[in-house]
Amino acid sequence: MRWRKKKRAAAVAIDDLVRPVARGDRFSASDLVSEATSDIGSRPGRLVMTILGTVLGIGSLVATWGFAQTAAGQISSQFNQAASTQVSIEPETASFGESSGALGRIPWDAPERLGRLAGVEGAALLSDVQLADGVTITSVPLNDPSAPATAVPPVTATSADLLEVVGGEMQTGRMFDAGHDARGDRVAVLGTRVAQKLNIARVDSQPSIFIGGTSYAVIGILGDVQTNGDLRDAVIIPTGTARHDFGLVAPAQVIAHIAVGAGPQIAEQAPLALASDDPDSLKVRAPKAGSTLGAAVQGDVNVVFLIVGAVSLLAGGLGIANVTLLSVTERTGEIGLRRALGATRRQIAAQFTVESIVIGVLGGLIGAALGVLAVVGVAAIQQWTAVVDPFVAVAGVVVGALVGWVSGSYPARRASLIEPITALRAGG
Amino acid sequence: MTALIELSDVTRSFPGPPEVQALRAANLSIGAGEYVSIIGPSGSGKSTMLNILGLLDRPTVGEYSLGGTPTSKLTEDQRAAVRAQVIGFVFQSFHLMSRRSVFDNVMMPMTYSGVPRAERAERAAYALDRVGLAHRRDFFPGTLSGGEKQRVAIARAVVSDPKLLLADEPTGSLDQRTSGEVMELFEDLNADGLTLVIITHDQAVAERAARSVRISDGRLSEVE
Repeated sequence: MRWRKKKRAAAVAIDDLVRPVARGDRFSASDLVSEATSDIGSRPGRLVMTILGTVLGIGSLVATWGFAQTAAGQISSQFNQAASTQVSIEPETASFGESSGALGRIPWDAPERLGRLAGVEGAALLSDVQLADGVTITSVPLNDPSAPATAVPPVTATSADLLEVVGGEMQTGRMFDAGHDARGDRVAVLGTRVAQKLNIARVDSQPSIFIGGTSYAVIGILGDVQTNGDLRDAVIIPTGTARHDFGLVAPAQVIAHIAVGAGPQIAEQAPLALASDDPDSLKVRAPKAGSTLGAAVQGDVNVVFLIVGAVSLLAGGLGIANVTLLSVTERTGEIGLRRALGATRRQIAAQFTVESIVIGVLGGLIGAALGVLAVVGVAAIQQWTAVVDPFVAVAGVVVGALVGWVSGSYPARRASLIEPITALRAGG
Repeated sequence: MTALIELSDVTRSFPGPPEVQALRAANLSIGAGEYVSIIGPSGSGKSTMLNILGLLDRPTVGEYSLGGTPTSKLTEDQRAAVRAQVIGFVFQSFHLMSRRSVFDNVMMPMTYSGVPRAERAERAAYALDRVGLAHRRDFFPGTLSGGEKQRVAIARAVVSDPKLLLADEPTGSLDQRTSGEVMELFEDLNADGLTLVIITHDQAVAERAARSVRISDGRLSEVE
């Protein structure tokens, strides 16, 4: 560019006519910006109409982004890791007239079978033990007829790996092991709340509870669990013991702790591993692939709002283009004057381009602010945590500038092509 | 006296149909420091003449030399630079920017002509003082009388210290009294060495110039 200018200037020297202008005194970028912006606010009403489209477009884009982020945050907090890594399998049930029965049967070695599947990190059987009517659970051997009647806590039979599967820890004492299970030892682990009801706080004194008069050694008290919270209210005994003492015929369900994201695959494989002859007889509850749920929700929201945003932006751009074109026509006199005073075509084009970029930036700023405000407002009403990436607001302004630039380029070109003669005669 | 303006066989025709020859083989020489009026009825080619002299238009045929430089060889950007530094314009309808103060109107041409930034405010103030409007510097054009507006326009035209002032019907929108004021101002400027070319259809205005050129149907003739 510079080279070309030099070469042209060499063709006709105008040094006799025109003195050289020091670099600092030339028409600079700041001159350009001040010339382009000085008249923007002179018609507030028109300015509002001009930027409205851009405001709406940028606003809905920023809001979309913010809503998607907020919703994603909301979803991931609801579907925490513990819930998304547990699979439970139980027999399908079918009703025959009035009675209903299980269609399938979970084998006793279900935990071992599931353990062989990739993605399974631990599995345990879980069955409610049906106590005969009138059977009580007490911490003293005698049945005190004067004691107030209390609800009998549920008895749950499970395998030794339960803690790993439900993400639990012992408050005190220990969990029973595979040996207890295999031998059918009369040991019990108490849920926190059952232990309170039975007045058992420590196990070093080897307390016992009595289920229907039979003594079970309490070897531990369960602390917190991440899933299967009803274990806090249960008396937990080994599955082997339940088979022996209470005639448990089959496990009610098997639960497994799985790797994140393994849900869909294990849901397919587990029934085959447990009941290869009739996999449909088992019902599997497995989490969907962690991200698909969030992504699905996000996707729905995004598509709608992105379309709305894009359409508004298009309308906004056309608005700026129209008004700039109108203002070029109105300011023909000014353009002619500037050209007569020595403005080049490029300077005229730049002036109108910068003017519409500034209008676009203005629209972007207001739009981004309104979009963020909308996200924060909705989040406050829904009691969500508003999540808005600051980058989105910045991007909104940049997109606004881009819209202004693109839509101002045609009017600017028109302005630069105006002949000063016609312009000055047009009056002013 | 060296010639500042030298038109040789300048013809400007506008393609039709019908083709119009607004200037026909015009020859004119104007020396530096002269005060010349170009008089003619409307449609005689006056405005075409002004546009060519002001580098706002190019001759179809012929050469226009300004200060010894043949202008047909100038690039667009060079022509803009010459307009900015060498030529000042005054128009019938003033062409002031209504949303800027008198002072800012006078400041504007200096961004294009490249007057050193440090001198601009001082020069604008001086130019306003010279046209007798120093007390109106913060007014807006809408509040001024026609005569005052034209004086602001003259201040704007001379603020970059041009060699040539072109005025297109400068008194066309003014009454007789303010016309007189404006013409006196022109005479003052000319006395200070500024070359002045005034285009008018008004005989009285034309006669105040030292030299008068009549234009009729695109042809020039000296008025004796």
